[in-house]
Amino acid sequence: MFVVLYRKWFYAVSALLVVASLASVAVWGLQYGIDFAGGSLIELEYASARPTVEMVQKQIAATDVGAFSARESGDKGFIIRTKHLTQEQHDAVISALSKDAAGKVTGADEKRFDSVGPLLGQEAARKALVSLALVILAIVLFITYAFRQVSEPVSSWKYGLIAIIALVHDVIIPTGAFAILGHFQGFEIDTLFITALLVILGFSIHDTIVVFDRVRENLKHRSSGEAFEHIVGKSISQTFVRSINTSMTVLISLVIMYFVGSEATRHFVVALLVGITAGTYSSIFLGSPLLVTFQKLQEKKSR
Amino acid sequence: MRRMTKHRSIAVILLALSILGGYFIYSSEVKKSDFAFKLGLDLSGGTHLVYKADTSDIADGDVQASMSSLRDVIERRVNLFGVSEPVVQVEEGGVVGGGGHKLIVELPGVTDVNKAVALIGKTPVLEFKLVNEAALTDLQAQIQALGPDGKPIDISTAPASKGEPFISTGLTGRLLDRAELEFDQRTGEPQVSVQFNTEGSELFAKITKENVGKRIAIFLDGTVISSPVVREEISGGKAQISGGSMTSKEAQSIVRDLNYGALPVPITLEGTQKIGASLGASALHASVQSGIWAFAFIALFLILWYRLPGLLASVSLAIYVVIMLLLFQAIPVVLTSAGLAGFILSVGMAVDANILIFERMKEEFKRGRDIHSGIFEGFARAWFSIRDGNLSSLITAAILFWLSSTPLVKGFALIFGLGVLVSMFTAITVSRTFLLAVAPKSHGKVSTFLFNNGFKN
Repeated sequence: MFVVLYRKWFYAVSALLVVASLASVAVWGLQYGIDFAGGSLIELEYASARPTVEMVQKQIAATDVGAFSARESGDKGFIIRTKHLTQEQHDAVISALSKDAAGKVTGADEKRFDSVGPLLGQEAARKALVSLALVILAIVLFITYAFRQVSEPVSSWKYGLIAIIALVHDVIIPTGAFAILGHFQGFEIDTLFITALLVILGFSIHDTIVVFDRVRENLKHRSSGEAFEHIVGKSISQTFVRSINTSMTVLISLVIMYFVGSEATRHFVVALLVGITAGTYSSIFLGSPLLVTFQKLQEKKSR
Repeated sequence: MRRMTKHRSIAVILLALSILGGYFIYSSEVKKSDFAFKLGLDLSGGTHLVYKADTSDIADGDVQASMSSLRDVIERRVNLFGVSEPVVQVEEGGVVGGGGHKLIVELPGVTDVNKAVALIGKTPVLEFKLVNEAALTDLQAQIQALGPDGKPIDISTAPASKGEPFISTGLTGRLLDRAELEFDQRTGEPQVSVQFNTEGSELFAKITKENVGKRIAIFLDGTVISSPVVREEISGGKAQISGGSMTSKEAQSIVRDLNYGALPVPITLEGTQKIGASLGASALHASVQSGIWAFAFIALFLILWYRLPGLLASVSLAIYVVIMLLLFQAIPVVLTSAGLAGFILSVGMAVDANILIFERMKEEFKRGRDIHSGIFEGFARAWFSIRDGNLSSLITAAILFWLSSTPLVKGFALIFGLGVLVSMFTAITVSRTFLLAVAPKSHGKVSTFLFNNGFKN
């Protein structure tokens, strides 16, 4: 099987993507959404033509709410982000924006107002991290348990360890993608992004388990003298079509959701698209070949 | 042959049931019955408020009780809004959240955040008003007269030909010193005893002196609690409020409301989320559209690649959708944009078990098995990876549900978890029944074509 044979090349692709992702995070950092960072977000839609960005910036600056950002959204709208606003500050911003340069009232409809206090944000961020860690831990324990009968030639906890490597890979790549998209397109790390990561973890581990399960089964019916390398290769090729097809159906749903679906979940869908592609890659080209690498290392040691 | 007849009849029953189910979903949505889908605020539009409760001054043992009385107070105030299905719930931070208590208020359809916040944050209003018997009798007569035609009477707009039925006295909760729970010494009934401050006491003495023999109505948050008859002048500024049917629990909560002025637990607004109705409606429309398209494309893909089994898998996928929608209505699950995204995603994933099984079947056919035993063998062998894979997805869903703090993510986790369970059922039982119902006994050219799939590899 070419996947096992050329595994070093596939490792290199993964390593490159991971390094690029980490570098993007280091260089550009991550844009945190208000649900983690705290702050307020106002989405406005103007009845007729919308004012210029400079105009809006001038109007908000006059209300003295501190640092803010304003960017255009849709055809007639603006999204304005500020620090956590009080009721009065919020009203001041809205009334300032509802007037044109001459002070005449224009129609500005507030479509959305999100406001998260700093305490709530910290709490949400802490919960997000804990749930990520818990999911990874629970999955590793589960795999170690599910493959407990498999100990030759690679012991079951190593299946678990490989699963962690694959999962960390799957989390880092979409995070890197969001660092890039965050810098250039304003994509944010928010609760939905973390949810996407957890779904990616679930999906990727599901994929990895299907291949591992095949290895487990093929090991049971192993003919004497059949190399472990060969068994893993056979298992990958047997599950290859299934892995690709399952990812295909999921990717079909996601691509459609990206183009047709709700604006609210668009970035969520992008995170899933990147992550599920990475997850499919990791379960075919990273996880299973790593079994062979681990077995080879073990052989070297015992020699 | 008999076995096949059995599978065929089960298949027909399954189809009939799911068509019935589909019709039920459709009709309950059209008729807006109790089973119609519950939409989250991000789809229906409305206001979501998160308050942080400061429980630091409350003894540990009383925190639970204080929080629940806080919820009751807020609920009472929210109900004044006339919103359909408001949600007021207490959320405990737990170990992970940092141990804080939060109060979450959801007001569907309300987009005036300021008004909502003001109403929720207000203090309870205690008022003593004089009863104008003549006007009241007149008003009651009007209600009696108009009542039978079924139209509800709005007292506030009914013409008060003989003046206001209740006359303000200026004596309100502002002049209150403290409130206590007492029990009537004769009847043992619970009552609320209020003590006015100096100004209040003087006013109360004056009112009672001037109105001996008349009734005084005691209002709490705009509702009459009781209207005792004044027997003599009351000096000392002490009054008892006792409604005929007031339970000691109710009396206790009134005492608490009055004493804490505002609320049993001080709260601060930590988070606000307002979604305009038009934004919600367009999000809903987009979600439904993408769901329909995703289903169509997945079915097309399955049929092109897996031929007859692919068609059957599409039918069982349709049954999956029907079961899920029925569950959404029955539980009921509050649908959010993230929840709907999770559902559409789960449609893509639900196919996975079918694909696993079909690939396994194909292998068995290659080994020379006939179609029937190939189907059985394919299902049996695919089961272990379906089980293990789905268990790991369930673990993810459970942790998400347990730890998530936003309703958006909770809804997603619930739908995702339900999807995993239901998809296991449809893939294993429904797809199998359909396959066995149509599987031919003989190995003709046509049936081999129909059951083969994809490219030869």
